[in-house]
Amino acid sequence: MKNFVLAGNPNCGKTTLFNSLTGSTAYVGNWPGVTVDKKEGIYKKFDEPINIMDLPGIYSLSPYTPEEVVARNYIINENVDCIINIVDVTNLERNLYLTTQLMEIDVPIVIALNMMDVFRKNGSDINIDKLSQRIGLPIVEISALKEENIDELMKVAIEESKHDRKGVTIFQGTNLRHLVKDCTTAFKGIGVANPLFHAIKLIELDELETKDHPQLVGIVKAFKETYSDETFGNDLEAVVADSRYKYITENLSVLKQSGNSIVNKDNKSDRIDNVLTNKWAGIPIFLLIMFLIFHLTFSTNFLFLGGLFKNVKPSFEGSAFEGLLWTSDGINSIGVIFTNLVTSITNLLSDLVSEAFSSSPSWVSGLVVNGILGGVFSVLSFLPQILCLFLLFSILEDSGYMSRIAFILDKIFRKFGLSGRAFMPMIMGFGCSVPAMINTRTLADEKERTVTIRVIPFFSCGAKLPILTAIAGGIMSITNIKNADIITYSMYIIGVITAIVSVLLMRNTTMKGDIPPFIMELPSYHIPQFKSLMIHLWDKAKHFIKKAFSVILASTIIVWVLTHFSFDYQFLSDQNMDQSILASIGKLLQPLFTPLGFGSQLSSYGWVFVVAAITGLIAKENVVATFGSLAACIAGTMIDVEATGGDVIAVKAMISATNISVGGLLAFIVFNMTTIPCIASVATAKAETLKGKFKWTLLFWLITSYIVSSMVYLIYEFHFTILIFEAIIALIVIAIIIHNKKEKEKIK
Amino acid sequence: MQKSLDNFKVGDKGVVTMVNGEGKLRRRLFDMGITPGAQIILKKKAPLGDPIEITLRGYELTLRKSEACLVLLEIKR
Repeated sequence: MKNFVLAGNPNCGKTTLFNSLTGSTAYVGNWPGVTVDKKEGIYKKFDEPINIMDLPGIYSLSPYTPEEVVARNYIINENVDCIINIVDVTNLERNLYLTTQLMEIDVPIVIALNMMDVFRKNGSDINIDKLSQRIGLPIVEISALKEENIDELMKVAIEESKHDRKGVTIFQGTNLRHLVKDCTTAFKGIGVANPLFHAIKLIELDELETKDHPQLVGIVKAFKETYSDETFGNDLEAVVADSRYKYITENLSVLKQSGNSIVNKDNKSDRIDNVLTNKWAGIPIFLLIMFLIFHLTFSTNFLFLGGLFKNVKPSFEGSAFEGLLWTSDGINSIGVIFTNLVTSITNLLSDLVSEAFSSSPSWVSGLVVNGILGGVFSVLSFLPQILCLFLLFSILEDSGYMSRIAFILDKIFRKFGLSGRAFMPMIMGFGCSVPAMINTRTLADEKERTVTIRVIPFFSCGAKLPILTAIAGGIMSITNIKNADIITYSMYIIGVITAIVSVLLMRNTTMKGDIPPFIMELPSYHIPQFKSLMIHLWDKAKHFIKKAFSVILASTIIVWVLTHFSFDYQFLSDQNMDQSILASIGKLLQPLFTPLGFGSQLSSYGWVFVVAAITGLIAKENVVATFGSLAACIAGTMIDVEATGGDVIAVKAMISATNISVGGLLAFIVFNMTTIPCIASVATAKAETLKGKFKWTLLFWLITSYIVSSMVYLIYEFHFTILIFEAIIALIVIAIIIHNKKEKEKIK
Repeated sequence: MQKSLDNFKVGDKGVVTMVNGEGKLRRRLFDMGITPGAQIILKKKAPLGDPIEITLRGYELTLRKSEACLVLLEIKR
C-alpha cells in the first residue's frame, strides 16, 4: 500500500484534511518513546487504498520540539511515497518556510493550498501557476473545511508518487551553493539517503546532524573560516534561515495581490481579542469561563435555579431514572445528567446480573456483582464527566482561546518555573486527573510536563470530594466547628499549597531546567468544527474504556479478593471484612501511620483507616464506601453510604470505635488527597511520563503525602511542632540555595 | 533609531535588523520568521504586562520580554 504523509504548520487545516481523507479509518496512537500523537488512516476513494499518515504540526524541521524531531525522522527515514504539504495561503510566508525545507528531501511533494476561499473573499489573490512554476512543485487549491478539491489533490499526489523526485534547494543561487554541493557529495559518498537535506542541516550545524555524522563537520568548519556574510558574519545557521525567508519574500510572496480591505477575518478575531485579553477584563473573563466549565460538568444546581425547585418532585420519580434531569436541589448540569444516565443503566444491569446469580454460591455472585461489575461500573460512571470536561476544553483549544489563556497567565506561572500553558492541566485536575494529565501534552518541555503531572493529583478531584464532606461531617460531631465548608476549603488550599511547594522544590532540585521559552503562535479565533471535536472525543472515550476493562478491572478484582477472603481461603461477607487478608495487611502497616495520627495510637479498629486508604488506590470513592462496609463489622449493621447522611454516619461509627483525634482525621483526608491517586490516573501517568520517571513519580506521591499529612497531624495536635517544621523547611531551602549557587559557580 | 523589541510600546512598528542570543532559542525565533528585514508591529501586551503579542508576516506571535530583548529593530514611523 502506498504511504502518503501530511505535513504542515500547526493551525493550517491539516487535521481537518486528515479527517475528511480518512473518515472512520483513522487510528490515533503514540510515537514510540515520545508522547506525540501518531495519527494514521486509509484513503479509499480510488481502486488502490492509500495509507495516510498525519505528521504533527511543525514550523520547521529543526529539532526544537519533540514534534519536529518525530516529523523529521519519519519523513527522512521511513518509506514515504508522497508528501502532501498543506500551506495556509492566508499565512503564506511562514508556511512556505517549511516547504523550502521539505523540498530538499528526495520524495515527491504536492502542495495543498488551503484557505483560498477565505483569501479570495477578502479580495486577495495569488497566481498559482506562477507560484507552482517558481517553487517547482505541483499545487492543488483546496478547501479542507468545505472538503473541496480533495479528490483532485489525491489524484495529483498519486500521479506524483509514480515518479522519483530529486531534492532541490533555494541555495542554488546563493553564496552557499559550492558548500552545499561539497556537503551533498560527501553524504552521497557515504551512501546516505536524502543527501541534499542532510547537507543543509549539516551546514546549519544542526544538533542531530552533527551527532550522526561527526566526521563531516570539518567541511563546514573549514568553510566557516573563510566565509563572512554582511549581516551574520560566519553564523551559517542564521544565514540559512534568513536566506529561506528572503527567497520567499523576494520570489514567492510577490505573486500575492493583497485585497483592498484589511482582512476581514482578522478584524473579527481582533475584536474578540480586544475583549478576551483586555487589560482589565481579561483575567475576570477567564475566571468566569473556568467557572462555567466546571458548573456545566459538575453542578447539580444548574444556573442556581434550585430555589424554584424546592417543592418540585424529581424527574422520572419512582422509575430507575429518578432524578435524572432535575431534583429538588435544582436542574442538573449536562455532565451530571449523563453521569446519572450511566449510573442508572449500570445499576439496572447490576440488579439483573445479581438476580441471575442469586442461586450460585455467595462468593461467585459477590465476585461478579461487586468485584467485577462494581469496579468497572464505578470507573465508567466517571466517563461522562471526564468526556464533558474534555469536550469543553477541546472547544477552548480549537477555538484558539487556549493559547490566549497561556498568554494571560504566563507571567504568574513563570514565578514557579513553569510556563502559562501549565495552568490548564492543573485546573482540570480539580475535575479529574485523567484528562488533566493527558492535557499536559501541550507542554513542550519534558521536565515541565513531569512536574505538572506529578502535582495534578494535589488539585483535589471530584471523586475526592465525598471523602472531604463525609469526614468533615464526622469532625463536626466531635468538635465545636459548626461549618463543614471551612474544613473542606482549607483542605483544598492545603492541596494547592502542596502543589506550589512541590513545583518549586522539583524545579530547583531534580527537575531543574530553564523556564522553557514562550514563543507561540496566537491563531485567529474560529468556530470549532463539530466533526473534529467528536472524533477527538471518541478517541478519548475508547482509550478510557480500554483502560477500564484491563488495568482497572484487574486491580479491582485483586482488591475485592483481598477484602473478601481470609488467609485460609474462606469467603467472608462484608460484615466479616475484619478477618480479611487486606485487614491483616492493614494491621501490619498500621504502625507506619502513627506520625499521621491513624496508626498505633488508635484502639481496636485502627486498621480501618489504612484499609480504606488502600481501597482508595482503586477509586477514591472507595474510601467512604469501605467505611460503610467496615462499619458493618464494628456496629454489626451495614451502613448505606449512598443514602443521605449515610457517609457521615459511617465516619461517626469509625470515630467512636477507634477514638481517632481530629488531627488524625484531617491528616487522613490530606493523605488521601495527596497520595497515589486512583488507578485510572496512575495508568494515565504511566502512559504520559517518560520511561524511568514513573516509579519516581509513585515514590514522590507516597513521600509527599506522608510528610504533608504528618505535618498536618502534628501541628494540629501539638502546636509547638510548627516551629520545628519551620526550622526544617528553612534549612532545606538554604541547603538548596547554597547547593545551586555552588553548581552555578562550577559551570562558570 | 534602533530599539530592542522589549522596549516597544503598543502600536510601535519596526524592521528587524539583528537577532541576538544563541542556540535553540535563537533558532526558534528565526523559524517563526523573525529574521532581518521582517516587519513587526507590537500589537498588545498581556494583562500583567508580559508576554507581548506581535504581528509579523501576516500572523500573530506571542513571546516574553526576556526573549523579545534579543530582537533589535529599526523603528519606522
